[in-house]
Amino acid sequence: MLELSALEQEALGLSLRVAVVSVLVSLPFGLMVAWVLARREFFGKTLVNGLVHLPLVVPPVVVGYLLLLLLGREGPLGGFLYDVFGITVAFTWKGAAVAAGVMAFPLMVRAMRLSLELVDQRLEAAARTLGAGPFDVFVTVTLPLMSPGILAGAILAFARSLGEFGATITFVANIPGETRTLPLALYSLVQTPGGEAGALRLVLLSVLLALVALGASEVLARRLRRSYSA
Amino acid sequence: MSGPVLELTVQKRLGDFSIDVDIVCESSGLIAFFGRSGSGKTSLVAMLAGLLRPDAGRIALQGNVLFDSARSIDVPPERRRLGYVFQEGRLFPHLSVRANLTYGLKRAPADERRIGLEQIVELLDLGRLLGRRPHDLSGGEKQRVALGRALLANPRLLLMDEPLAALDQPRKEEILPFVERLRDELAIPIVYVTHVMEEIVRLADTMVLVSDGRVEAVGPLHELTSRLDLRPLTGRYEAGAVIEARVAGHDKVFGLTELLFAGGRLRVPHLELPLGAELRLRIRARDVALALRPPEDTSFLNVLPGVVKDVSPEPGPLVDILLDLGGATLWARITQRSRHELKLAVGSKVHALVKAVAIDRHALGRRAGSGRTENRGT
Repeated sequence: MLELSALEQEALGLSLRVAVVSVLVSLPFGLMVAWVLARREFFGKTLVNGLVHLPLVVPPVVVGYLLLLLLGREGPLGGFLYDVFGITVAFTWKGAAVAAGVMAFPLMVRAMRLSLELVDQRLEAAARTLGAGPFDVFVTVTLPLMSPGILAGAILAFARSLGEFGATITFVANIPGETRTLPLALYSLVQTPGGEAGALRLVLLSVLLALVALGASEVLARRLRRSYSA
Repeated sequence: MSGPVLELTVQKRLGDFSIDVDIVCESSGLIAFFGRSGSGKTSLVAMLAGLLRPDAGRIALQGNVLFDSARSIDVPPERRRLGYVFQEGRLFPHLSVRANLTYGLKRAPADERRIGLEQIVELLDLGRLLGRRPHDLSGGEKQRVALGRALLANPRLLLMDEPLAALDQPRKEEILPFVERLRDELAIPIVYVTHVMEEIVRLADTMVLVSDGRVEAVGPLHELTSRLDLRPLTGRYEAGAVIEARVAGHDKVFGLTELLFAGGRLRVPHLELPLGAELRLRIRARDVALALRPPEDTSFLNVLPGVVKDVSPEPGPLVDILLDLGGATLWARITQRSRHELKLAVGSKVHALVKAVAIDRHALGRRAGSGRTENRGT
């Protein structure tokens, strides 16, 4: 019962890889967007904010299809990536990571933006008077002070990536060993006659994974809070 | 690099409040910006530090131009090399006291690091605090760390924005000797913002009177405190003369200390100071009475002959008289009726009567080079 089948191991490994890569790659972009939204006023800010939050409100299939149009071999960005770097995104695990990252992006940005808005800008001003330039201040003062929010954003995005289904199956299909993550494998089993037992095992596995991730974030958050409590 | 210690000519609109000042300070030492809350003192300091951008003007330190709207110069705060001690301390909560202290030190140019960590730890008595976090510190300790952090950035000028305002009296007494020490021992010019006359009298060499976004006067402390026209700004109840004195003797039997100043001798309750120690004290106008002849059989210990130099022209039952005691000035607040009966006018010869107990003990400031006694607050 505790042994994982080859199919389960494959799906679990793929899911973890997709989720970790999507979070790591979107982290710097998320920080950048959160900073711009929290600290800058500019024309079209509402539009940018809307675009960032779009994946949260449109059906995931729409996002998947848009990604396919944009990043498919024939798409404007996908064609460029293939011609210049030889990278294929559509129908590969990289595409699954992109889909997961895009879908999780609003959650990540939200958490980071909220924590950034709570950072006392007077501390940043104090750091400037002590000889630190804007980037130095961001790294040594702003980032550490918003780290609970970065952590929360990363965990949320990780959990969201693990569960990504609609955009993934639309953009990169359901290819065993390449793009068949846990939810997709579960979907396949449900569609297969006699797959109920296997489906149940995947359900349990998914629940377990989510619980571990939440528990880890709770422990980390508590540790951070303890060291900064002011 | 030469030029006035500080040139601050700025205009700034902040909503319906406007700041328009033109200050040039030639002398170094401690420059105090004095004014009520909301007079614009903090905005002035923020503009000096580069945290607030003036609409127009020029800011220069010892000839170093930090801001000049005409030449489009606006040096960013991190390159102005000004230490800033904020009212609320603003320590970094995620760093230890040691890391807070060295934050500015690490970023100061290597060849300008005259002040080191050990020296500051010793000067401000921070040894026991180094491993702690800011949230474990008391209010007074926080301000000492903030002071040390600003000093360790090895600034060309130290800005202190009401550093004592958030502290109670015992904590203030704990910090004040440290401020005196760094003014005297480190010889860094200091701009000190406050609305408390006691702090000015104790610390300041030069006073800048700020009111409603304008500078009303700039000059040596004793000059401004003796000007009748500035009295509405220096405060009615607060009005008094600042006197530089030296300890001339102690009367062990009656527990008195005798002070020598330009206008004569003063006897005050015993002070823990060695002979020759220099100090500054303030005598409030309401604590001085006047007599035409030296009174006999009086409880007043201090009777000082002088001449009326000025009479405040204000209507009302009270009148302030400015006295010349042969070099030193003193104020007396008496009733219009007394003035009328004594026929006091400019040039009248009088005797000022000062009760020994009236000397404002909180406003006793000690000066550099005087035999310093250890007085470390608590």
